[in-house]
Amino acid sequence: MSGNGTPLLEIRNVSKYFGSVIALEDVSAFVRAGEVTCLLGDNGAGKSTLIKVLSGVHKPTKGQYFFDGKEYNFNSPRDALELGIATVYQDLAMIPLMSVWRNFFLGSEPTKGWGPFKSYDAEFAKTTTKAEMAKMGIDIRDPDQTVGTLSGGERQSVAIARAVYFGAKVLILDEPTAALGVKQAGVVLKYILQARNRGIGVIFITHNPHHAYPVADHFVILRRGQVYGDYTKAELPLEQLVQMMAGGADLEVLQHELEAASREGGEEAEALAETAQNIEAELDELGDDA
Amino acid sequence: MATDSAPAPAAPPPASDERLREVSQLSRLLARPELGAVVGAVLVWVFFAIVAFDNNFISWATTAAILNRAAPLGILAVAVALLMIGGEFDLSIGSIVGFAGMTIMVLSFPSEGGGFGWSLWPAVFAALVIALLTGWFNGYLVIMTKLPSFIITLATLFIFRGLTIALTRLRTNRTQLGDLDEVSGFALADTLFASQFTIFGARFRVAILWWIGLAILATWVLLRTKQGNWIFGAGGDANAARSVGVPVNKVKIALFMTTAFAGFLVALIQAVQFNGADTLRGFQQEFDAIIAVVVGGTLLTGGYGSAIGALFGALIFAMVQQGIIITGVDGDWFQVFVGTVLVVAVIFNNFVRQKAAQR
Ligand SMILES: Nc1ncnc2c1ncn2[C@@H]1O[C@H](COP(=O)(O)OP(=O)(O)O)[C@@H](O)[C@H]1O
Ligand SMILES: [Mg+2]
Repeated sequence: MSGNGTPLLEIRNVSKYFGSVIALEDVSAFVRAGEVTCLLGDNGAGKSTLIKVLSGVHKPTKGQYFFDGKEYNFNSPRDALELGIATVYQDLAMIPLMSVWRNFFLGSEPTKGWGPFKSYDAEFAKTTTKAEMAKMGIDIRDPDQTVGTLSGGERQSVAIARAVYFGAKVLILDEPTAALGVKQAGVVLKYILQARNRGIGVIFITHNPHHAYPVADHFVILRRGQVYGDYTKAELPLEQLVQMMAGGADLEVLQHELEAASREGGEEAEALAETAQNIEAELDELGDDA
Repeated sequence: MATDSAPAPAAPPPASDERLREVSQLSRLLARPELGAVVGAVLVWVFFAIVAFDNNFISWATTAAILNRAAPLGILAVAVALLMIGGEFDLSIGSIVGFAGMTIMVLSFPSEGGGFGWSLWPAVFAALVIALLTGWFNGYLVIMTKLPSFIITLATLFIFRGLTIALTRLRTNRTQLGDLDEVSGFALADTLFASQFTIFGARFRVAILWWIGLAILATWVLLRTKQGNWIFGAGGDANAARSVGVPVNKVKIALFMTTAFAGFLVALIQAVQFNGADTLRGFQQEFDAIIAVVVGGTLLTGGYGSAIGALFGALIFAMVQQGIIITGVDGDWFQVFVGTVLVVAVIFNNFVRQKAAQR
């Protein structure tokens, strides 16, 4: 699946300055269709700034932006959205008091009828929501359920399914697993693979190498606004990724934290990684059959 | 669960999903925001039906009096419900009633008396345009300053009321203008906005039809149009709505213009009905409207509520008022009653909503 196709979305030598603050310096990265590029970095590394450049919120101070081989200069997130570059932000993905189907179609409501009698096609919205979620392997019990009653992972999943339904070619996910428990994170990772398997290029931002590793085709590691490393999965074992993420001096601290964490949730974390890899294998098989 | 007040779907869930408990029609009904107000209206009615039985509470005359009382408040409340679901407040709506009413009067008043001597319909049209402009102004200020609409419309409450008094006095040297029925075009306006129809000997005002019609229209917009979806979205989480392409600013400005329109309509109805207006018309009606809306189950924080609830909220308000009048209880107690009903209604609504969320 991964390989040498041309990148669907690529940035070259992008810098972003906020006054005297250098948020990004000379960053290059890309994602291919049907691949997951994982963007890793500690807090303050510049991940959010980078995705805001990718999604059209920020204009880069320097550098080039390519989509499907053509160079672009976005003026607003709308421009990116129109090309099929969809971004799912961690906190502002969904409206809790609205039902799943109303959320799913918010901003792109299907209508029927004519002129002043044009009305929201609720039946279509409900059946489509249920069907689309089912395609992603998510079984929502009742599309009338409010999003506030969904779990955090399910909520991210609805947002991902929505982006996929509305024709996303590139899906940018800003720390979708950050606030989730192990099981919930597993659910979201599964949908990332589902989206990838449907030929979407996924840019997955995280600071957790254990979440990144099972789903990514290649890794871009950011440190202090610069690319610290860019590897394919084959080049980089998990242990090395963990080291990269932490880097020299911080490593010891992290090692302790990890040890402490593994005493509590180690088994679960391993199980998670294993599940994700199993799913991935299954999906690869499916892809080969097709 | 239809907690965003979407109507309960008729189709039963597919039997294949074992996690989906059969949700009874009853618990779907319980999840509707207006439930509290409907139940409350029944309770208040039963209360006065017993307490004021000897005062003829159960009669067509009393029913007509209640509905006539509820209609103008209800027109305001339906519009305010839309605005509050959209996440904003309008404290200036009472002042807009005064402003629009005096605009009609001053423009159509004979020039000997300091007016402009217009015929009625041009004056009405001008008042409509001015009212919509005040609504637009409210919305624009809220969007531009990013201040809470509570503060902005508190300011415009004073500004619009002050302008009404100052401009009217400046021009006519009075605070009250009458004799609207002598202006040409009055007959049609009287039919449309102040006529009465008789059912079982009781006189019902046509404003009741405006009130119910607007409530139905608002409900249709909320539940069955994309603009309605945008209103829920803008009030539920403006940033999230914006990020999926909802024109939140336009929605909010349109909602402020809607409440201003409701203020204009009430001003017109009352000017025709009372054959004139004074500069204090609509005074403190913003509070009555907000109470009716909140009693009707709309959340103060936005994103949740119903126009039908507001209709029932206005009905409760009017029943309490009328009930107190006919039982001969000192009218001074009315405000105590209203405050109590408000608190009880909000507690009850919160309780129902939590039950609904848990299922
Ligand atoms: N709008 C801004 N103005 C000034 N500095 C900013 C702005 N946005 C981000 N930064 C700075 O850029 C750096 C990278 O931030 P960010 O991209 O949010 O990191 P991350 O998402 O990886 O935690 C930080 O030092 C942050 O303070
Ligand atoms: Mg960040």
